[in-house]
Amino acid sequence: MDIQAASVIAAALAIGLAAIGPGIGQGNASGQAVAGIARQPEAEGKIRGTLLLTLAFMESLTIYGLVVALVLLFANPFV
Amino acid sequence: MEILGALTFLNTYTLAELEVGEHFLWKIGNFTVHGQVFLNSWIVIGLLVIASLAATRNLQKIPSGIQNFMEFVLEFIRDLVRNQIGEKEYRDWVPFIGTLFLFIFVSNWSGALVPWKLIELPSGELAAPTNDINTTVALALLTSLAYFYAGLKKKGLSYFKHYIEPTPVLLPIAILEDFTKPLSLSFRLFGNILADELVVAVLVLLVPLFIPLPVMALGLFTSAIQALVFATLAGAYIHEALEDHHD
Repeated sequence: MDIQAASVIAAALAIGLAAIGPGIGQGNASGQAVAGIARQPEAEGKIRGTLLLTLAFMESLTIYGLVVALVLLFANPFV
Repeated sequence: MEILGALTFLNTYTLAELEVGEHFLWKIGNFTVHGQVFLNSWIVIGLLVIASLAATRNLQKIPSGIQNFMEFVLEFIRDLVRNQIGEKEYRDWVPFIGTLFLFIFVSNWSGALVPWKLIELPSGELAAPTNDINTTVALALLTSLAYFYAGLKKKGLSYFKHYIEPTPVLLPIAILEDFTKPLSLSFRLFGNILADELVVAVLVLLVPLFIPLPVMALGLFTSAIQALVFATLAGAYIHEALEDHHD
């Protein structure tokens, strides 16, 4: 396999695998947040604010994978 | 690079072009710099300075118009910093974190809202300054310097004691943390902004009209959240450096 084909496959794997963990984490966090709001509807504003911030943190993990994928596609040091 | 060439070829009729790795290079002495980032940063800085001057030029007891708006912004930033650093020490850090937040926020939105392609450059194109890794690394390193300064100023050399507390076993991890903090800060911001622009560009490529609008709105939302996240994390790191460990 030449280096270009390997890079394309690696890019796909980087973003795909990096999406698994944060996907599970975001699902967990959102589920808990919904449960929290259902229990205590008056705390909705606070829960929503914290949830959005937390989701952004988790999302950034996938974004790291995306950065690696982009480097492999557009700025590959080995090609 | 060939994939990218096809993208830019198909994309000639839109207002924003997708160009990764194309730069408008300036040579200053031995340095090569990305000119489009500088130009756009200056525009953003100019915008912020003009807004601040316009708001403070004619101060009124009862604020209205732009003064009202800027007071709202200031209060927002002050609350953000106070939530992170705490009542006692937050005042010194409002200017720093506020500057970070406003610069990142305005650059992110300028990249998404202004049709920069109307301005022709010899190569590359104007876009949000934060979609260049150099900008975000600079901002992240500034944050690192800021929290070191905060810790050293408050505790002197005993600031370094936190590396071996509670146990010296964690020393390598504590040192590693000083490197991962700016790394994750810069990659998070850079990746998010670039990802926004790429997603919009790819959708524009597929369907040029109307369909990309919701994604653009989502992009505006995420860019705002990322500015908030950067400011919040800078505040959290500074707070960590200021915090007393031995009580």
